[in-house]
Amino acid sequence: METTLYFIILAAVAVIGGLLTITRSHPLSATLSLVVTLIALAGLYALLSAEFLFVIQILVYAGAIMALMVFVIMLLNVRESSFPKETGFEVKVLLTFALSSPLLLTTLWAIHQHFGDSTFPALSANGFGSIKSVGLELYTQFFFPFEIVSILLLVALVGVVTLAKRRA
Amino acid sequence: MPGLTHYLSVSAILFFLGLTGFLSRKNIFIMLLSIELMLNGINLSFVAFARHLNQMDGHVFVFFVIGVAAAEAAISLALVILLFKNRDTINVDDYNAMKG
Repeated sequence: METTLYFIILAAVAVIGGLLTITRSHPLSATLSLVVTLIALAGLYALLSAEFLFVIQILVYAGAIMALMVFVIMLLNVRESSFPKETGFEVKVLLTFALSSPLLLTTLWAIHQHFGDSTFPALSANGFGSIKSVGLELYTQFFFPFEIVSILLLVALVGVVTLAKRRA
Repeated sequence: MPGLTHYLSVSAILFFLGLTGFLSRKNIFIMLLSIELMLNGINLSFVAFARHLNQMDGHVFVFFVIGVAAAEAAISLALVILLFKNRDTINVDDYNAMKG
């Protein structure tokens, strides 16, 4: 019973945070709204017994990536006057959402048709979602993609340094 | 008890909020944040399906997506800094050097 309550609270916080993210005019408040969404999503991961992803979501996503965003926004120190002139952007956001809502409603209908009121199966007892089982998957079945991701991060690192060193 | 349907619905709503933000805003930072919102909507459905199928593969995929999102955020922010230094604006409509 508590699970339902927690789910409703976390889902509502996630959706409201997402809504605030796309309707703020200052980038900093949008970023902080997204952090709220990310933390609510971490809670949903915990409800789905993905304990490793719960920690990673808070540490890496809400912590590192969003801190990088905030850092860059503060570093650029964009003046309020040079923000894009978005008069009445709320109407535009609403209109875009209304136009894409048939697609959303179709998706929701398809989800409902296909999965109905299916409940989750009982967990297998071998530590589902724990750091040990994720690590075992990562280093056995997904070893090659894991190495590719490390190369991707290295390429991104070198690329960012090259971009930053260039005299604009 | 919330089932797979409910988690997938939240995931779809988050994805469409991100899509809406990306299509309708002109502030480049908010467009980047909308991309992150879409990625997170997808991540939630990966985790929900992993729980539904009782298999851990979805967790590994979410781990990869977070790694790729980190690389994407770093590179896009470096590009935004360069663009802002060159053009002194964060309005995407003013980035018209390629006549797009």
